Amino acid sequence: MILAVVLLLLAAGVLAWASERFVGANAPRVVSVLAFAVGLAWAISEWLGGPAATGLYAAQHIEWIPRFGISVALSMDGLSLLMVALTMFLGIIAVVSSWDEIETGHGFFQFNILWVMAGVVGVFTAMDLFLFFFFWEVMLIPMYFLIAIWGHENKGYASMKFFLFTQISGLLMLLAILALVFVHFRSSGEITFSYEKLLGADVDPAIAMWLMLGFFAAFATKLPSVPVHTWLPDAHTQAPTAGSVILAGILLKTGAYGLIRIAVPLFPQASMDFSFWAMLLGVVSILYGGFMAFSQSDFKRLVAYSSIAHMGFILIGVYAFNEVGLQGAIVTMVAHGFSTAALFMMAGALQHRLHTREMSRMGGLWVHAPRMGVMTLFFVVASVGMPGLGNFVGEFLALLGAFGKNVPLAVAATVGIVVAAVYGLYLMQRSFQGTPNPDVAAMPDFGARDMSVMILMAGALVWVGVYPQPVLELAGATIATLGVLP
Amino acid sequence: MDWFWLVPALPLAGFLVLFVTEGKLPDKVVAFVGAGSVGLAALVALGVGWQFVASGQSSFSLPLWTWIAVGDFTPSITLYLDSLSLVMTGVITGVGFLIHLYATGYMWQDHEEPKGYSRFFAYMNLFVFAMLMLVLGDNLLTLFLGWEGVGLCSYLLIGFYHRDPANGYAARKAFVVTRVGDTLMALGLFLLFWEFKTLEMQAILAEAGSLTPGMATAVGLLLLGGAVGKSAQVPLQTWLPDAMAGPTPVSALIHAATMVTAGVYLIARMQDVYLLSADAQHVVAVVGLVTLLISSFTALTQTDIKRILAYSTMSQIGYMFMALGVGAWSAAIFHLMTHAFFKALLFLASGSVILALHHEQDIFKMGGLWKKLPIPFWSMAIGSAALVALPFTSGFASKDAILLTAYDNGGWLYWGGGALAAGMTALYTTRMMIVTFFGRSKTEPHDDSKANMWLPLVVLGILSIGGGWFGIAVLDDLLGPIKSFSHFTPLALVTIAVPLLGVLVGWLVFSGRVNVSAVVESGLGNGLRRYWHGGWGFDWVYDRVFVKPFVAMARINKNDVVDLVFRITAALARGLHYIGALTQTGRLRWYAANLGLGLVLVLLIVLEVL
Repeated sequence: MILAVVLLLLAAGVLAWASERFVGANAPRVVSVLAFAVGLAWAISEWLGGPAATGLYAAQHIEWIPRFGISVALSMDGLSLLMVALTMFLGIIAVVSSWDEIETGHGFFQFNILWVMAGVVGVFTAMDLFLFFFFWEVMLIPMYFLIAIWGHENKGYASMKFFLFTQISGLLMLLAILALVFVHFRSSGEITFSYEKLLGADVDPAIAMWLMLGFFAAFATKLPSVPVHTWLPDAHTQAPTAGSVILAGILLKTGAYGLIRIAVPLFPQASMDFSFWAMLLGVVSILYGGFMAFSQSDFKRLVAYSSIAHMGFILIGVYAFNEVGLQGAIVTMVAHGFSTAALFMMAGALQHRLHTREMSRMGGLWVHAPRMGVMTLFFVVASVGMPGLGNFVGEFLALLGAFGKNVPLAVAATVGIVVAAVYGLYLMQRSFQGTPNPDVAAMPDFGARDMSVMILMAGALVWVGVYPQPVLELAGATIATLGVLP
Repeated sequence: MDWFWLVPALPLAGFLVLFVTEGKLPDKVVAFVGAGSVGLAALVALGVGWQFVASGQSSFSLPLWTWIAVGDFTPSITLYLDSLSLVMTGVITGVGFLIHLYATGYMWQDHEEPKGYSRFFAYMNLFVFAMLMLVLGDNLLTLFLGWEGVGLCSYLLIGFYHRDPANGYAARKAFVVTRVGDTLMALGLFLLFWEFKTLEMQAILAEAGSLTPGMATAVGLLLLGGAVGKSAQVPLQTWLPDAMAGPTPVSALIHAATMVTAGVYLIARMQDVYLLSADAQHVVAVVGLVTLLISSFTALTQTDIKRILAYSTMSQIGYMFMALGVGAWSAAIFHLMTHAFFKALLFLASGSVILALHHEQDIFKMGGLWKKLPIPFWSMAIGSAALVALPFTSGFASKDAILLTAYDNGGWLYWGGGALAAGMTALYTTRMMIVTFFGRSKTEPHDDSKANMWLPLVVLGILSIGGGWFGIAVLDDLLGPIKSFSHFTPLALVTIAVPLLGVLVGWLVFSGRVNVSAVVESGLGNGLRRYWHGGWGFDWVYDRVFVKPFVAMARINKNDVVDLVFRITAALARGLHYIGALTQTGRLRWYAANLGLGLVLVLLIVLEVL
């Protein structure tokens, strides 16, 4: 079924593209929403159906290039299911939230969105490293088009930067994959890209460290972590709303997913040896990302930098090497998907209304649009880490786990929650509070469609915040099988 | 007692109703929902409390659901009732209801904000819910949920009039400064979890004995960090005076009666940990002592009636911290309760004055109001008497208990500091009363308050007087022995006499019978007054050490210095491209010449001529 879903998204993309010419401008959006809705329904039905005896919700294995041991091996365990469901959900949100934003090329726009998401689903389910890399690249190109074609004033620069960062770090991963396959071939005599088989590869520790770093480079760039984060503020700021929602909500998570699924399990010892440095990068991301967020005057850029800070919590959680930390990282992936996607939608909505993202040209917007004000407040508060909302559960667990691993780093990371309060409330103040900006005479508030999207996202955050157990159980089953915890 | 969950659930429901209806409800319905939900919660709390006391149990847990379950980390949402949380619940719902009732009148005339009436009560209800979770949670994570929740509501309500950027600044300052404390508290939680593998408070307290002294000190100090932030104690006290930007009922509820005493509750709750560390306890006492002295001097120099009361609140909470530090746990909670009565009364009464004078807060623009505003005047007088700790008031009973225990357990220093500040309290309170209500009238008041506004004043007035008897009679049983004035030792006499002396001096000075202008206007007097007025320079230092450098660095680094590496790389690549492109001229002669020159160069190298 997994392959069918990936193919469904790909086919829907082609259909959407074609439908614009044959049916009309509205058709591509409808096709897109329907495809994601089918995907979401499928994910939920698999979830409700429960896992098979193997612990997998779905699995598929088709030979592709037998000569090199490459196959279309897809499987979905708890973590994959969680991420696939999030992908489908945010897919719907992304399309609905940019309903009125796109003015040209509706068909090709939806084609790109659907193809990105197809790549993402592939990445979250691939059990073959060649296939993984294939999907990794599939995600990249349509995203490049989304920014380069429908982006804002500086789209060329931003899309090229995004492409180069991802591509170069992706090449390092490709080298690491090939080297790993080769090392495994030398010791076992079998050429294979199979994830399960490579898990048992006997790699010399010195080589393992280098290979691990190859994967880490790709995933840390995607995440992103300081110091390879600088593509993100540009890409996010320039991308159209749907692009930002997908980028922040889902694409960054593929980096986190790669760390959890691939980098750490393939090289547990090397990862353990590297954990101090990875956590240090996480701490630097939290503090520097937060600091940079505060220094921005562009609403969207501020949110983009805040993403870097949030992703730092994932790094410290994953490399804490305990269950609490790892669960924290996973909950953060989910919660950040909702909260930041919502803030990007808000940025998009503001830009649509005011034709600017500069906060100096906002101020006092609450007066005109109290609903937008309330919702912005809600998501700012969530991303500040208010208990009762999802981000708190993730970040608290990540910090708690990190504290068990390395106290000084955990202490430094905890300072990040003060910084989050500083930039979060500053955002709120400069956009919606304060003296109403005289240049803004009036601004239409959210209508029913926007509000229902926002309330869905808010509801999801409350759910993860007060009853995260379903998420924890899904992720917990995977963590137990990864076998990376000492 | 299974319906106990209704106590926090009712204010939450009130919040949800007001939130979902987006301010579309008529104001009368809003008032009914806003104040009614808290009033109902108070009634339920009363019933549950009655049942609880009658049952003779020492504690009662009501598990609701498992919040998070990851390995050993399984905090649940469980409500925990014992005498301490019962007293706190009573104060929060009881005083909370009176303040809500008052606010239905106070905010009525407030049309500055469209739909503001509904938004105000939504935030207030949410606050009461969070505050109840704080005191009813059986584990530290639930407490932290409430802890952060009240901080959020405090932020929202300080910045309620959000169009004025100054209010926004005050709100953010309050949130960020308390968050510094919350960070320390979170670290304390991490430490406790890795030590005990649980955050359930009773489990931790039961096994607290296994903590090493060093660890107990670390935990004690980290939790204290959270407490000083929330309770506005030195060195994180700077946010409270600015928090007065919020509407006056907010100041009464959050910044006097409930939230700011959360730190006292936390330390009293975790007292077994503090008992293991004399050092940590000592720090608690010193924090209290320093705060109560600093703020009582500052209060003397303020001219804004709400800022006087804010500094007075800091100083009274300082007494509670000092009591906690010297082991007078029950006296601290006793003072927490009486303080909630009389300080809420003072704030609400001052709110009536402010409203009657069209939002005038400077006491030097008031004067001569006592006949024109009888109910606010008598309320203020009663509240002041309790604040000053005049005999037969509730404040007397609780402050006396603290000072006497401080002497027994802590020695001369704590007693002396406390007594000195008690004298100062009498002085600044007398100043406030005389300047506000006596002398020449400067502004004509306009009072049209209805029963919903004066009734809470009357009830709180009665509690401010009689609350002391209740404390001695009931809290002594519930919480543990409270030292009360019993017979005339010299120490007890001095403790009683100091406030009276303070009032006398205050009366002589501020009614103009003794002229002290020579002292006040002297160089030293002026300097001290300015220093005290500015809150002893804390804001000044923090601004220069933390705020300005952070903002300046942010401004300098707006374009992200890290990106420079990549920008330089890109520029280099572009430069090389440009140089390379120069050779592509499309002219055949140029290519042929280059070809020849290159050939000669290669030959020369090969033939080792070069």
